[in-house]
This record gives sequence, C-alpha cells and structure tokens, in this order.
Amino acid sequence: MVLRIGAIALMAALAAPAAAQPQPATLLAGACQGCHGVTGAGAQGIPAIAQTMTRAEFVAAMQEFRANRREATVMGRIARGYTDAEFAALAAHYGR
Amino acid sequence: MTLSRRTLVGAAAALPLLPRTAGAQARPRIVILGGGFGGASAARFARDHFPDLDITLIERSRRFTTCPYGNLVLAGRKRIDDITFGYERLAARGVRVVHAEAAAVDAEGRAVRLADGSRIPYDRLIMSPGIDLRWGAIEGYDQAASARMPHGWIPSLQPITVLAEQLRAMRQGGVFVMAIPDNPFRCPPGPYERISMVADYLKRHNPRAKILALDAKNGFSKQPLFQDAWAELYPGMIEWRGASSDGRVTRVDVANMTVETEFGEKVRGDVINVIPPQYAAAIARNAGLAADSGWCPIKPESFESARVPNIHVIGDASIAVPMPKSGFAASSHAKQAIAAAAAQLSGRPVPEAVYFNTCYSHVGEDYGISIVGVFRAQGGRLIEVEGSGGISPRNAALPEGRRAEHRRLEALYADGWYESITREMFALS
Repeated sequence: MVLRIGAIALMAALAAPAAAQPQPATLLAGACQGCHGVTGAGAQGIPAIAQTMTRAEFVAAMQEFRANRREATVMGRIARGYTDAEFAALAAHYGR
Repeated sequence: MTLSRRTLVGAAAALPLLPRTAGAQARPRIVILGGGFGGASAARFARDHFPDLDITLIERSRRFTTCPYGNLVLAGRKRIDDITFGYERLAARGVRVVHAEAAAVDAEGRAVRLADGSRIPYDRLIMSPGIDLRWGAIEGYDQAASARMPHGWIPSLQPITVLAEQLRAMRQGGVFVMAIPDNPFRCPPGPYERISMVADYLKRHNPRAKILALDAKNGFSKQPLFQDAWAELYPGMIEWRGASSDGRVTRVDVANMTVETEFGEKVRGDVINVIPPQYAAAIARNAGLAADSGWCPIKPESFESARVPNIHVIGDASIAVPMPKSGFAASSHAKQAIAAAAAQLSGRPVPEAVYFNTCYSHVGEDYGISIVGVFRAQGGRLIEVEGSGGISPRNAALPEGRRAEHRRLEALYADGWYESITREMFALS
C-alpha cells in the first residue's frame, strides 16, 4: 500500500512534461556499486557504504572528497563529477 | 524530490506500460544479446528494478571468462577458474537465459533469429555483442596465425592460457614482442597492464628476458604512471616504441616468428602477442548498426542506436567517446539503456544520463593505478565532467610516506572492484 501511494505520487510528479527526469538514485548508485558492491557492503578493503553513515555524514564525506579535504585514492576524482543534489540523492539511498 | 530505491521499484511495478493489442499478453519484452559486462549487467539491473519487464538474455557460452584479470592469469597470480563465471544465478533470479548462437537481427520484424532458425521477438533489444578482430588488417595475421602468435584479447575465441603457456615455455633471456593497435580498441590500458604483468612474471622466472612493445600510436592510457612504474619495478626490461619510432606493425611472418614494421624493420620474437585492430562484432555490423568505422553510433542519453529504432547498443561495440571501451563503462551504459528502454516502453521521459567509469590496472605486486571518469549526455554529445576524473597521482605528487600505501591500496581496490562487479553481473550477491 505504501508502495502504491509512493508510485501514485511519483506518477503525478512525472505527469508534468520534462525533457529528462533527474537521475534516480538507483541509476546514480550504479557508479558506487561497481566497486562498493551491489548492496553497498564493500569488498577487499573497499569500505561498506550502505547504512554506515547518516545522510548528513554521507553528504559531508562526499563534499570533503570533492574539496580534496579527505584522504582518498579515487574518491576525490569521482566526487568532482557530481552535484550536491546528486550527493543528497545518494545519501538518501545509502544513509541510515 | 528524491527517489529512493523502494519508490523506484514500486513505481516501475505500478506504472502502466505500453498498451498491448493482445490484452492479457505477457509483459513488454526486453531481449539482451551478449552476456558480458554490458549484457549481464543489463539483465541483473533490469531484473532487480523493473519487475514488469520480461527479460531474455541470449549468450552462446555457458561459461564466461572475463577479459579483465586475464593479465593476472598471464602473470601466474590468478587461475583461469578464478575469472570464469556461469549464468545460473541470473537465471534463478528470473532472467530467461538462452544459450544459443544468434545468427541475425531482424530489425523490421523486431526479433533475433537464432542459428537453429528460431526467433526471439523483442519490444526493445539491448545489444552488447562485443568486438571482432579485424583479421588481415595486419598482413598475415589471421585466425590460423593467432595460434602461433596469440592475441589473448577475446577470451571466448582464445583463452589467455594459450599466451600464458607460451610465456612459461619461453627460453631464458628470450624476447617477448607485443604488437599494440591504434585507437579505438577494447580496454585502452589493457596492453600496458599486460606488459606489466608479463614483466612481473619474467622478473620472477626469467629475469634476463626482455619485452619489446611495438605500438601503432604515440601515447596511451595512464602512460606516465605505467612508465614510472616500469622504470621503478622492471628497470631495463621493457622497451616501448610508439608510431613515430616505427612502432606500427603492418605484417607478420609466422614461419619465421617475425613482425614487420611500417618502415620495413623485421623484429624477431620468442613469443609474439599480436593485439590486432578491432571493430564491433559481426552481428551488429550485419544489422546495419555500424558506421563506416565499424563501430556503432548511439544517442548518448539512452544508448539507442543512431541508425536502427528499438535497438540499444552498449559496451565495446558502441561509439561512446570520451568513455573508454571498458567493462565498467559497459555496465554503466547497460543500466541507463535499461532505464531508458523501460521509460520509452511506458511513455515516460528518459532519466538524465550520468555515466561512470573506473579502470584499475595492476602494474606489479601491491602496485595498482587507476583512471576515473564521470560523463554526461549534453547537447547530443557525451562529455566528461570538467574537473572530475583523471589518473592516479604520479610519484612526485604524492608525499613520500604515502606513495607505497597509495599504490598498495589501488591494487587492493582493483581486486575489490573485480569482485564487486562480477558478483553483481552474475547475481552472486
């Protein structure tokens, strides 16, 4: 039932004409999953990202990576490709 | 509005899809052709997020050996079984897996024709057919020649073990020659990871041996990082010659175990690895999907073919510059293509396209490097997001105390990437 209501709300939102929909978190998360795993559980020293941070912590971590204020191998280079709105969508997807 | 995973799945289930003439007929049919990084990722993603779609995956082989990590088999650091996977778990999740040879695509009739004559109809076709080698593009290099001078570039055609056996049998102090193609080709850093992993093997088992890499171009992916690492880890062992130093191989002579360069130099090798020029696999070219270049132009927002309706072309066969032809890139294309196909089948707008790639390379034990890219569709083109991505820092840019740790972590993360992406593709997680 909850799903149904969510879907109806989404359909209403989608009814407005739009050139392209903002990328849903499931698609954005595809980038994360390639290394952090399909469930975000991490692998071989790659940290778990699912349910390990609050949404605020997740966004803060990404912003620090983007600003080169947090030590990283690849995450700084990755974070500079995304917007704050996308960080927020990913935080909602992965955060607790 | 933020779409959580739950609302997206719910939405996909509840949204009306294309009205169908036959009333109670089955769900819209997505057929995926090719079960590699693109195709298997597409099948998994579609099955997880679009329960209203009927998903069929056509793949000729029952077992899939990855191109990535083949170079570690060459080095003796992985076994072929470690990099070989089956489709059983994808099938168990509800993907209809058809192990058959696809003979042709009937774009008019919207069906894939199999070698046995049967047809698999589709509403949307996702083609991830991979590459073919251009036999004869290097004079004398045909399939027969490849037994003596292995390519090791398409595992289903020739397992990397063929080249590995020749490397193991090479005389002490012998010369390992490589011929490397011009762009575009599958896995831009692959030949250079291969040089590195052959050197890693030789350093331990044949330390007086040499590697001579003859390249048809003047620069390559992650070049400064590879060349720094070669000088550091394998001093004196590797010579790389670009096109302007007569590196382009134009002819091979299998009987004499020589390759000939553009300006006529004949180079003898004890083992010769020829990576020939490539193009999109024949099934895509024969379906009219390819341009004169032999690769398939696509619309960057959806990876739909720019030439044939209702078909998406993803992975190495597509023209997706500036994205590299990599497994990770293929899986990124795959998810967008599935989401786009689902949207189009239900009359919804295609979601905004954001693509991603990371290519790790192993250059030695506990020594990994990477290149990252984030890409967006903009004004009908794929562009790399300015200021993002790029290669790992060079030694000089890393604090001395951090260098070894940075390389060690990237080697470890390379292994993590491989584990994660293969577990996702083959539904092992």
